[in-house]
Amino acid sequence: MEKILTVNYEKCTGCRLCELVCSVKHEGVSNPSKSRIQVVKWEDEGRYVPMICQQCEDAPCQSVCPVGAISRDKEFGFMKVNYDVCIGCRSCVSICPFGAMNYNTMARKVFKCDLCDGDPQCARFCEVKAIEFVTADKVSSLKKREGAARQSAAGKQALAIEERA
Amino acid sequence: MALDRKIAYIDLSTGKSEIKPIPLEVRKKFIGGRGLDAYLLFNNAPQGCDPLGPENTLIISGGLLTATCASATSRTHIMAKSPLTGLLGSTNMGGFFSAEMAWADFHHLVITGKAEKPVYLWIHNGQIEIRDAVKLWGKSSTETQWAIREELGDQEIKSAVIGQAGENLVTYANVMTGIKNAGGRTGMGCVMGSKNLKAVAVRGTMDVKIAHPLEALEFNKKFIEQITTAKVNKTQGTLGTHFIWGATNSWGGIRTRNFQFNQMENADELEPESLDDIATETMGPYHMTGCFGCQVHCRAQYRIPSGPYAGIYNEGPEYTSFGAFGSEPDCNKAETVLTANYLVNQYGVDNLEIGSIISWAMELYELGIITSKETDGIDLRFSNADALIEMIHRICTRKGWLGNVLADGGIPASEKIGKHSFDYLIQVKGMNNLHSDERATPGLALNIATSSRGSDHLRSRPAIDLYHLPESVLRKIYSSPVPYEGPLSSDSMEYIGKPWQVFWQENCYMAVDSIGICKYHTTFLGATLPNFEDWPRAIYLNTGLELTPKDIWDAAERSNNMERLFNLREGLTRYDLVKGDMLNHRYFDEPCLRGAPDVIGIMIDRKKFDVMVDEFYGHHGWDKEGVPTQATLTRLGLEQEPTHLL
Repeated sequence: MEKILTVNYEKCTGCRLCELVCSVKHEGVSNPSKSRIQVVKWEDEGRYVPMICQQCEDAPCQSVCPVGAISRDKEFGFMKVNYDVCIGCRSCVSICPFGAMNYNTMARKVFKCDLCDGDPQCARFCEVKAIEFVTADKVSSLKKREGAARQSAAGKQALAIEERA
Repeated sequence: MALDRKIAYIDLSTGKSEIKPIPLEVRKKFIGGRGLDAYLLFNNAPQGCDPLGPENTLIISGGLLTATCASATSRTHIMAKSPLTGLLGSTNMGGFFSAEMAWADFHHLVITGKAEKPVYLWIHNGQIEIRDAVKLWGKSSTETQWAIREELGDQEIKSAVIGQAGENLVTYANVMTGIKNAGGRTGMGCVMGSKNLKAVAVRGTMDVKIAHPLEALEFNKKFIEQITTAKVNKTQGTLGTHFIWGATNSWGGIRTRNFQFNQMENADELEPESLDDIATETMGPYHMTGCFGCQVHCRAQYRIPSGPYAGIYNEGPEYTSFGAFGSEPDCNKAETVLTANYLVNQYGVDNLEIGSIISWAMELYELGIITSKETDGIDLRFSNADALIEMIHRICTRKGWLGNVLADGGIPASEKIGKHSFDYLIQVKGMNNLHSDERATPGLALNIATSSRGSDHLRSRPAIDLYHLPESVLRKIYSSPVPYEGPLSSDSMEYIGKPWQVFWQENCYMAVDSIGICKYHTTFLGATLPNFEDWPRAIYLNTGLELTPKDIWDAAERSNNMERLFNLREGLTRYDLVKGDMLNHRYFDEPCLRGAPDVIGIMIDRKKFDVMVDEFYGHHGWDKEGVPTQATLTRLGLEQEPTHLL
């Protein structure tokens, strides 16, 4: 079954190792500005959100591409760029609602997450599991479980407060 | 060769800068980070220079592996002559600064001179610009960082900044980056203030080349597993560094009420678990945060639960803050520790030094050596949390007689206060001791007495002593990469074998600080963590540099000798209580009164301590005065120093 890269930003410690391993894997250098994943931070409130390509079903990058260079990979299901066709107009960079389509000013090419051909390094290296690569059906069931845990904890807390009062 | 980061020499007086590469031979001799800083300081700072004068040289650096594909390698090191001790000034901080500096093309910044008015450095992809900072002067550490980001229009900029304490030349002002990463010890923020340098802002989008990228990636994965499987790191990654505070306190190894006791009573609220409930609940279940590329993520995020600063976000508080604002002044409310921790981060001042110095003043006040006349009516008793907080404000802004005096540092303050006040100052080389009480751990006592930057727990601490590991395990650790067959003892209260452990640990930490890794990724607290034999592979795969474990050991020893030479040049003598390798008399004269049965009544044996120092010098190849012998200097290739290769 198709796997999806998911982000739980509550777990992110903001270490940015994902950015490092992504750039090393794809570019052979350490350079977060060439990473396909980037952690956006609000340091004064301790909020860190890793931003990745969501591989949208109705992908704006694909729709906007004037030459049809963007299509879905049949094997892994990610959106990929055909550089033989791409004219480098960067319409995809402009339209992506997540900022997940990037532009390399040195190579003068757009670039995006390719799920590392089925073994995304960001998920592999994320110790706290803020980024996970899971089968599509698991995404919502995991979220349900976490949501339920929060709800049940809140319930217990309310009961305890009531008992104290 | 992947090692093409450079050194920038910046003269703030003339506004000129020069960029030079780092020759490979110098790399091999001093590796990078702290080791190379020691070389640069010895070669660039003139002998006897005024720490606050334009000729003092401030060096900011990343380690050899900073920003490469090796885990947790983002330590920033800062060195200069210290305004607090008059000897080596040296400090190390986590965060993201040095990695960003590497992406901006630099490994070392050597800053001399003094700007006419407040400035900050803007370093971006190989370019260096000196910019006006008049508007930033007076701002706190985080306000400064956010203001620079706004001004330059890039939220990814990382800055190393000073707060108001550095501007006011508090001699133990620190350098801050992020919310709480502090280059805390020896007053490097004060040196920045003396140069009118408010901040160094960096941003880089350049490649840091990796020699063998895919292999380095795989090796890093193994490295990470080695680090995360250590239980100590799991604990640290859940509760933060102060997890060890509770254990040490119950045993009787925490200095309380300056130095009167070795255990804090009624400290339930300061236990890491209590703090988790009180302060981090609002941050959700995953409230830990990490430095660049780190899997230990030892920093807790918290909101101050109550009091005048209620609701404010901060990070930490580290182990040290619990001692500085908890046990030493004997304040047992979490709110006090969290508030003080927030304030020192904003003012940009060393938590350890300010907490210790206020606790010292509290003892002097209770003894009648200082009175309410000197304190402007503040009731500076122990346990008075309001007085503690007020004194933090006063010292950082130099307000009132006592605030101003204490801002100069312990030794100058003791000269002004007089009346035996010096006897109560728990310091080595002019720098206050950590809140740990080393009377029951001679190895750790030797460490603080002989450390190159004054009393210190991060230069050579064999903290692993406290685990009582079997001797066979100790022998495995301490016999590599150079064989050691002398005595070793798993008893932390023993004197035997400890000089070797301190010597070994000193070289280990020099290597760690030079490579740029965090100490939690080495044998600081866990026997299975990476060590000399693990680093060569990481260095080779990332940089292409081929070094053996023994090469790294030799470079570390060489760098340690460089620091020693600097200190000797600036006036260190063995038995001097002000500038020597000596401990306060209370270590030898006053027994521990609290704690576990084996701790009560214990103190350091003066004669045995002296023998330990002799032995420690012997391992180094130093004479009885602590001076490297000619043979040692020749062996390490240091006989021509200063060589001015850079």
